[in-house]
Amino acid sequence: MTTPTPLVLVVEDDAPIRRFLRAALAESGFRVEEATSATDAMAGLVNHPPDLVLLDLGLPDRDGLDLLRELRGWSRVPVIVLSARDREHDKVVALDAGADDYLSKPFGIAELRARMRVALRHAAATGAEGAATTFAVGDLVVDLAARRVIIAGREPHLTPHEFKLLSLLVKNAGKVLTHRQLLHEVWGPEYGDENHYVRVYMAQLRRKIEADPARPRYIRTEPGVGYRLVDQ
Amino acid sequence: MDPGRPDPDALLRGLQAEAAQEARGRLKVFFGACAGVGKTYAMLEAARIRRNAGVDVVVGWVETHGRAETEALLEGLDRLQPRSLSYRGVELAELDLDGALERRPALLLVDELAHTNAPGSRHAKRWQDVLELLAAGIDVYTTLNVQHVESLNDVVAQITGITVHEMVPDRVLEQADAVELVDLPPDELLQRLREGRVYVPEQAAEAVERFFRRGNLIALRELALRHTAVGVDAQMQRYRQRHAIAKPWPAVPRFLVLVAPSPYAARLVRAARRLAGLSGAEWIALHVETELDRRLPDSDRAQLERTLQLAERLGGEAVTVQGEDVVGEALAYARSRNVTGIVVGNPPVRSFRRRTSSVVDRLLAEAGGLDVHVLHSQPEAPAAALRPVPRLARWWPATIWTVAVIAACTGVAKLLHGRFADANLMMVYLVGVMLVATRLPRRQAVLASLLAVGAFDFFFVPPFLTFAVAETQYLFTFLVMLAAALVISGMAARVRQQVEAGRSRERRTAALLALVRDLSEASGEAAMARAAVRRTGETLDAGAVLMAANPTGGLEVLAVHGQVDLDPNELSVARWVIDHGQPAGRWTETLPGATVLHMPLQGAAGPVGVLGVDLTAAPSGDQVHLLEALATQTALAIERARLEASAREAEVQVGAERLRNAVLSAVSHDLRTPLAAIAGAASSLLDPELGDATRRELAGTVVDESARLNRLIGNILQVTRLESGATVVEKEWQPIEEAAGAALTRADELLGERPVAVELPADLPLVQVDGLLLEQVFFNLLENAAKYTAPDTPVMVRAWTSPGWVEVEVADRGPGLPAGEEGHVFDKFVRLSAGGQGVGLGLTVCRGIIAAHGGTIWAENRPGGGVAFRFRLPWETPPPGPAAELEEKGALA
Repeated sequence: MTTPTPLVLVVEDDAPIRRFLRAALAESGFRVEEATSATDAMAGLVNHPPDLVLLDLGLPDRDGLDLLRELRGWSRVPVIVLSARDREHDKVVALDAGADDYLSKPFGIAELRARMRVALRHAAATGAEGAATTFAVGDLVVDLAARRVIIAGREPHLTPHEFKLLSLLVKNAGKVLTHRQLLHEVWGPEYGDENHYVRVYMAQLRRKIEADPARPRYIRTEPGVGYRLVDQ
Repeated sequence: MDPGRPDPDALLRGLQAEAAQEARGRLKVFFGACAGVGKTYAMLEAARIRRNAGVDVVVGWVETHGRAETEALLEGLDRLQPRSLSYRGVELAELDLDGALERRPALLLVDELAHTNAPGSRHAKRWQDVLELLAAGIDVYTTLNVQHVESLNDVVAQITGITVHEMVPDRVLEQADAVELVDLPPDELLQRLREGRVYVPEQAAEAVERFFRRGNLIALRELALRHTAVGVDAQMQRYRQRHAIAKPWPAVPRFLVLVAPSPYAARLVRAARRLAGLSGAEWIALHVETELDRRLPDSDRAQLERTLQLAERLGGEAVTVQGEDVVGEALAYARSRNVTGIVVGNPPVRSFRRRTSSVVDRLLAEAGGLDVHVLHSQPEAPAAALRPVPRLARWWPATIWTVAVIAACTGVAKLLHGRFADANLMMVYLVGVMLVATRLPRRQAVLASLLAVGAFDFFFVPPFLTFAVAETQYLFTFLVMLAAALVISGMAARVRQQVEAGRSRERRTAALLALVRDLSEASGEAAMARAAVRRTGETLDAGAVLMAANPTGGLEVLAVHGQVDLDPNELSVARWVIDHGQPAGRWTETLPGATVLHMPLQGAAGPVGVLGVDLTAAPSGDQVHLLEALATQTALAIERARLEASAREAEVQVGAERLRNAVLSAVSHDLRTPLAAIAGAASSLLDPELGDATRRELAGTVVDESARLNRLIGNILQVTRLESGATVVEKEWQPIEEAAGAALTRADELLGERPVAVELPADLPLVQVDGLLLEQVFFNLLENAAKYTAPDTPVMVRAWTSPGWVEVEVADRGPGLPAGEEGHVFDKFVRLSAGGQGVGLGLTVCRGIIAAHGGTIWAENRPGGGVAFRFRLPWETPPPGPAAELEEKGALA
C-alpha cells in the first residue's frame, strides 16, 4: 500500500519549521505537501491523500485537535502530532483522539524519522492482515501466538495482565501508548481513573524483563503521557 | 520620595532665600476678615510704637476714610505726599513709589495691599509696589482682607455671593515675615457698622448689606483665622526645613518607651513590646535620670534596673540618659535615633499623676512629627459616654431637695436653740446652703439662702413663728447671713463647675486614650477606620462613618458604625469637607441640610478622609472638642498606616526591581551564550570547504546547545508558572521509580560517563505525585550534578521511607557546596561560586515543585565530599490495587 516515495502532509504554520522539515524529509526520500492552516490541510487531505500527516496542534484558524477528530471520522492515515514539551495534556488528548504518535518541539530529524517509520509500518501492518506474531529487540523476544517471553535466555513467568500489557506494547512497538489506552485494553473500558493499575503492573513487568528497572532499556516512560516499547 | 528627610535642593533654596532675606525689607501684614475690623488702626498703632522706639517710620499711603480716631493716630507721623495722576480727566492719587524709594524710610506704611493702581502707574497692583519696596530693603506694614487672598477668592464668593476682583497672590502673603490677625467678633463689627464707623462705598449699598450679614461675617472670620493658622504652620515647616530639624523618617517604625522608677514601668515596657511587635518595629526603653532619681532609695533604683533589664530581655534596647528636662531629653534622644513613636504611661496613682500627666501634655505638645502613645496602666476603662452625669438637676425635685435640706437644718437648729448662741444656729443653715450649692444648680443655692434667712427669722428671731422682727439689729444679721450664704453658694457652684469641667476633660481624655489604644492595636487603614468609627459612635452614642480619600480623588467608605444613611448628597458634603478641610453638614453653618455632621480628617500632610457622625441633637461644646480630638487622632493614625503601607509597597517594588534585574542579566547572559554557539556553529556549517568530521562536530554543538537553551526556557517557564500559581499539579498514584527512570533516561547524554547508582527498594510505596513534575525534579537534580561534577565521578539516586514520608536523595561526589550556601542554592538566579554555566533556575523549580506537593527539599554536603540533594514527599496509604490480580500476586510471591 505504501508508495515507493511516501507522501507526507506537513500541517504547520511556522515557516522556519516547514522549511527545515521540507529539506530534511526530501533528503530522507519523502514527498512533502505543506499546509499552513486547518483549511489548507483539509483541502490537501482530500485532494492529495497523504501517507502520513505531521500535525502541529497550534494552528491559526482552528484547533489541531478538532481537525484530528474530524479526520478520524473518515480516514485512518497515520498522524504524528507536533507539540511543545509543556503541553503534555494536549498530547494525551490527541493520542486518545486517534493520533498515532507525538513529538515534542524542539525535536531532531533522527527522532522524527524513527517515529514516521514506525507509524508507516503500523499503517501497513494494519492494512495487511496477519501481522508478525514474534517480536525481538535486544535480548527480548516475545512470541504472541505462543504467549512466550524470553529475556536474555530466561523465561520469566508473567501474570495474564502483565502479558496482556506487554503484548499491547509489542503490537504497537515503537509507538507511544497512553495510560488510558492501556487501561481500557487490559482492564476494560469501564475503568477510567485507575491509571495507577497500569503503573503498578508496568513496574512489576519491568522488574521481570528489565536488567535495571530504574533505567529501563525496553519499556520507556513518556512522562505525563504513557509508555513506549523501544523497537530497536 | 520620603517627605520626612530634608530635601537638599529645598535646603539650598531655603538658604539662598534666607541670604536674600537679610538684605530684603520685612513685610508685615495686618490681616482681617473684612472691612471695618480695624486693620488700619492696628497698623498705625504698631507703627507708632516703632516710631516711639526710634524707627524711621513714614506713612506711604493710608486710607482713613475720614475716621477721626484713625486720623488721630496719623498725627506726628511723617507722611509721603501721594502722587497725582490724571486719568480721563479724573485726578487720582496713588502711592508715590519713587518718592518712597528715594526717601528710604526704615518702615513704610502702605494700606490696602490688594489695591489696583490707576492706569499709568508703574505696576498694575499695589502689592507689586510693595515687593519693589521690600527688594529695596524697606520694611513695609500693610493691610489685607481675607477676600482678597487669591486662593480664597472663590470660597469667599461662595460665602458672600459677591465676587471680588482685586486679588493678591498667595505667594505674596507667604513671603510676609509676620501676619497679624486683626480680629473683631461679628456682633461688634455689626455694631460698628450700625454706628457708621465702617467705611462703605455708597454706590454699592445693597451689596454691602448683603455682604455684612452675620452668617457671612462668621464664615469670613473663620476663614481669616484658619488662613492665619495655616500660614503659621507653613512658617513652622520652613523653619524646620531650613534648620534641618531631624524629623523622623516615618517609613521605619521605631518606638521609644519612657520608663521611670515606678511599679508601672514594667507593664509599660511590656505594652511597648506588644505595640512594637504589632508593627515589627524596633524599640528603645529610655530612662531620663534626673537629680531626683539619683536621690531615690535603693529599692526604687533596683526596680528601675529590673525594668531596663526586662526591656532588654524582651528584645528592646535599654538606654539611660541624664538631664533634668525629661521631655526635652527624651525628644532629643528620640530624634537622634529617628524614633517614630513615643510610648508613655499615664499611671493612675495620685502622686505620680501631676508629674506624669504634665510629661504627657508636654510630649503631646512638643512631639512634632512623632506619634505619642499614652498607655493606661489601669485595667480596661469603660468607654466614657458623654451623657450627663445623673444628678438632681430637674427643677421640681431639686426644689423639694432644697426645701428639705433647709427644713432639716431648721430641725437641727431647733435642737440647739436656747443652748447655743444664735450665731451657731446660722452656721447650721450655712452648712445646709453649702450642701445645696455643691449638689444643685446655682438658683437652688440662692433659693436655699433665702429660705435659710426666712426660716431663721420665722423660727428663731423673736417674735417667734412670725416674720416680724422685733429688733432692728436682726435685719443686719439677715443681711450678713444672706451675703454669707450667697458667697458660699457661689463658691461652691464654681468648685462644682470646675469639678465637672475636670470630669468632662477626663471623659474626653479617656475616650481619646481608648481610641489611641485601639488605633495602635489596629494594623492597616481599614482596621483603624473600624476602631475609629466604633469609638466615635460609642462615645457619642451615634452612628458614625469613615470615608477615606483615595489617590484618584474619590471617596470610599472604609467603616460604618450603627446606621448611617449615605446618599449622594452626603457624599458631596463629605467631598466639600475634604476639599476645604472644615467641618460641614448637620449642626454646622455649612450645608446644614445634610443628615450627618462631617468632620475633616486632617493628617500632617493633607486630608485623609472624613468622619461622619449622625448626631440626633446639636453637639455641646464638649462634644465638639471631643469630636475634633478623635478626628485628629484618627487622621494621624490613618496617615501613618498609609505611610507604612506605601513604605512596604516601595520595599516590594525594590525587591521586584532587583529580581527583574537578575532576570534580565541572567537572560542576557544565559540565553545568549547557547545562541552564540548555535549561530556560530550553524554559520560555519555553511562553509562548503568543511571536512565531514568538523561538520559533524559543529552540528553536534548546534544540537547540544539547542537542548540547553530549551531546558533553560523550560525552567524559566516553570518558575513563572509555579510562582504565579498557574502550575496545575495533576497528582496520581505512582512509583517513584518511574519518574526517576524517565529522568535518568532523559539525562543519559548529560551524565555521560558518570556511573549512576540507583537504590530504589522494590517495596517503596506508591506516592501521589504529578509524574511529569517529579520527573523534572529528578532531571534538574541530575543536570545539576552533571553541571558541577567531573565527567567520571559517580552519581547516586536513593529512596527510602520514614514515618509519613518517602525520602529521596540525589547525591554526587563533586566539589560540594561552599559553606553557608546550602540554604541559598534554591534561590532564584543563584549560581554557585564554583559553577560554570547556566543560572540556578533548575533548583528553584525543584523547590517549587516539591513545595507544591507538600514536601521539602534541602541540600547538604556529604561526608567524604560532594553534595546530597534530599527531598521528602508526604506518604499516605495508597488506594487498593487491581483486585483481580491480588491472588496472582500471592501466587507469584
